[in-house]
Amino acid sequence: MHHATIDRWSRGQSAIHRLDARAKILSLLIVLIAVGTAPTAGIWRTGAGFGALAVASASLARLPLVGVFTRSLAVLPFSLTFAVIVYVTGDAYQASALLIKSYISASFVLLLVSTTPLPHLLRGLERLGFPAMLVLVIQYLYRYLFVVSREAQHMRTAAISRGFQRAGFRVAAGAVATLFARSYHRAEGIHRAMIARGFERHIPILAAERLRLSDGLLVLLTLGIAVIIRTGAMR
Amino acid sequence: MKPLIQARQLRYRYPDGTLALDAVDFDLFPGETVAIFGANGSGKTTFVLHLNGLLQGEGSLLVCGKPVVRENLAEVRRKIGIVFQDPDEQLFMPTVLEDVAFGPRNSGLGPEEAEQRALAAMKKVAMSDARDKAPYHLSAGEKRRAAIAGVLAMDPEILVLDEPTTFLDPPGQRELVQLLRALPQAKLIVTHDVAFARAVATRAVFFLHGTVAGSGPVDAIIQQFQWDIQLGPA
Amino acid sequence: MHIPDGFLSTPVWVALDVASLPAVGYVARRAGSKLEESRVPLLGVMGAFVFAAQMINFPVGAGTSGHLVGGALLSIALGPKAAIVVMTAILFVQALVFQDGGILALGANIMNMAVAGVLAGWLPYQLWGGGRFRSAAIVAAGTLSVLVSASLAVSELLVSGVSMSSSVLGLSFALFLVSALIEGFITLAVVKGIESINPSWIQKPATAAPAVRALTASSVVLAGVGVLFASGAPDGLEHLSEAIGIAGRQYTLLPTPLADYELEGVSSEWLRRAAAGLIGLALMFGLCRLLAKGIVNRRS
Ligand SMILES: Nc1ncnc2c1ncn2[C@@H]1O[C@H](COP(=O)(O)OP(=O)(O)OP(=O)(O)O)[C@@H](O)[C@H]1O
Ligand SMILES: [Mg+2]
Repeated sequence: MHHATIDRWSRGQSAIHRLDARAKILSLLIVLIAVGTAPTAGIWRTGAGFGALAVASASLARLPLVGVFTRSLAVLPFSLTFAVIVYVTGDAYQASALLIKSYISASFVLLLVSTTPLPHLLRGLERLGFPAMLVLVIQYLYRYLFVVSREAQHMRTAAISRGFQRAGFRVAAGAVATLFARSYHRAEGIHRAMIARGFERHIPILAAERLRLSDGLLVLLTLGIAVIIRTGAMR
Repeated sequence: MKPLIQARQLRYRYPDGTLALDAVDFDLFPGETVAIFGANGSGKTTFVLHLNGLLQGEGSLLVCGKPVVRENLAEVRRKIGIVFQDPDEQLFMPTVLEDVAFGPRNSGLGPEEAEQRALAAMKKVAMSDARDKAPYHLSAGEKRRAAIAGVLAMDPEILVLDEPTTFLDPPGQRELVQLLRALPQAKLIVTHDVAFARAVATRAVFFLHGTVAGSGPVDAIIQQFQWDIQLGPA
Repeated sequence: MHIPDGFLSTPVWVALDVASLPAVGYVARRAGSKLEESRVPLLGVMGAFVFAAQMINFPVGAGTSGHLVGGALLSIALGPKAAIVVMTAILFVQALVFQDGGILALGANIMNMAVAGVLAGWLPYQLWGGGRFRSAAIVAAGTLSVLVSASLAVSELLVSGVSMSSSVLGLSFALFLVSALIEGFITLAVVKGIESINPSWIQKPATAAPAVRALTASSVVLAGVGVLFASGAPDGLEHLSEAIGIAGRQYTLLPTPLADYELEGVSSEWLRRAAAGLIGLALMFGLCRLLAKGIVNRRS
């Protein structure tokens, strides 16, 4: 499963993995803005520049290059469809710009989540001022994604092994309803376990990490590289 | 000796009308490890849910001498640690360390102190290496031990475990037996596993249709209720 | 319809980020007593449920199959506020972990799917879900939810200057309509299934609070505008966006003295755009901070 692979990558050991989540989030935003606002003219050079940056960061993080850059193709269903529409409408240049921008942006997002475990990422978001309630819901969603999607898979295996090669509409609806029921009970069980350990109103977290010099350097370096690539592509 | 848990005529009916507990009388004394046997649906889990006030029925229930009522709940929940059947529901925080520290943090300890407590509890269950692991990366046995650590970190006087051997392989069960034997707390263990109960319990009680139908030495109870597979070789 | 990064023009994504994130923060906070942290396990697990439910295929004939999107189902089962929070959480995980939807475009996707999609799914159920037309109302809920999200997305793309001819637009709307209807029938079948397991898991349509009514009304207006935008000739749209200075070459980003004054020295076009984006982010950051402060103050 995709999320399990990303999760494994994110727990790797490299200089990039060790950087603070906040610094990596800010750097990602810098890159995304630089890519997203790039003019259509010179888009190939911009794309090449940021593509090289992505490859360099991925190798620095000791991530499997092929894996990272094929998984980033997940944006294609949307991008390719619209790129084709734009191309058919007669704007070939814009079509390629859309493809390049969305693919490069997606690979940088993938780089962030492959070098930062999601719980750290969420804590970083919270420190950056994100609504705490939302961060908590995302945290629980991610935790139980592993449990509930395994349940769904088991249900599918069970259905197939009882001969439903392609379940009917009603069977599928029944399966989703059952999954809902199980999730509901599970949520009750979790709530019970929380209360049993003294939960009253707040979900506590442990101590915060300190920002280091390297974290600040990362943000500055990203900013510098982004400016250089963008100015270079203008010529 | 004063009992740590004392239930008298405890009765509970679920909102849908099921009478799950029908006049339960039960005592747990310091130093005891009591196994609870009983058929599926006989009310064992329902009884466990009463012990820290998650459910509240009629009759009287004292934990460490305190009635389990609203104003005592926080204190009762610190004294009684419950490990539920499904460790996936028990381990809800992103990492093992944060999960084990959840209880201590709730009892008002600061982050550092809670972390120390959590690390000590993880050491007791031999899970020190897993501090930064995510719960979904643990094996069934590790999940069970992490869940127990989360409860131990609250330093309870009573440990309650609901079917702790579910999903455990024989070595995992053996480890659990050794761990439970080493823990000094009084324990209440709901289980269908006769061999496991023989290995850890000092006494057994038998639930039947929402009441305690018998109490005594583990082997005597097994005998009395024929609570064994008891078939010849295949 | 998760819009990736790179498709929306700076003013569009900045505006929608600035609008959506605080809106969702507000909903999470406004819901106050009902959305306390004790509801977190339910909301989180429900988010995971929607993800997993999307793995289950619904055959719809002609060898094709659809799957649940979930906005309408969540709003019917959990109520609109909780559903908005859950859908937002889903969009975050999709964008971060599954590269489904962009990061800068998150505000747009949240607006389309978590806010407008949920409210559009909730409205028909709220209005007619209690009466004789209950089943029809649930189908309408699912249909409207997907249709509103999709048309908002398309209009955002058009406003951003993504060129699409009218014929392509017509075709894609036909496709949207089909997938929206599929969502409607899936939602109905699943709601019935859940009710047969435990009826109390589905919210009864009840009289709504004024704030929620106002939100709903505005989402309907938004949806109407979206449909109008998208179905009208793209030329007209281009005209409009030029008129309001979005698609033009030398647009001023924020019609404030600050933008003119501070950015005057910046000569190159892209630097100006990047700076504008940064200002947008800073604004967003500030708003989030304020919201977070508000929540913290309330807690203690
Ligand atoms: N939430 C509930 N609502 C209604 N009835 C319930 C609920 N939970 C349990 N029951 C019913 O209460 C009775 C006792 O259930 P309980 O879970 O306590 O049994 P148990 O002894 O733990 O069984 P098992 O060995 O299967 O775990 C059963 O008849 C069960 O169906
Ligand atoms: Mg039970």
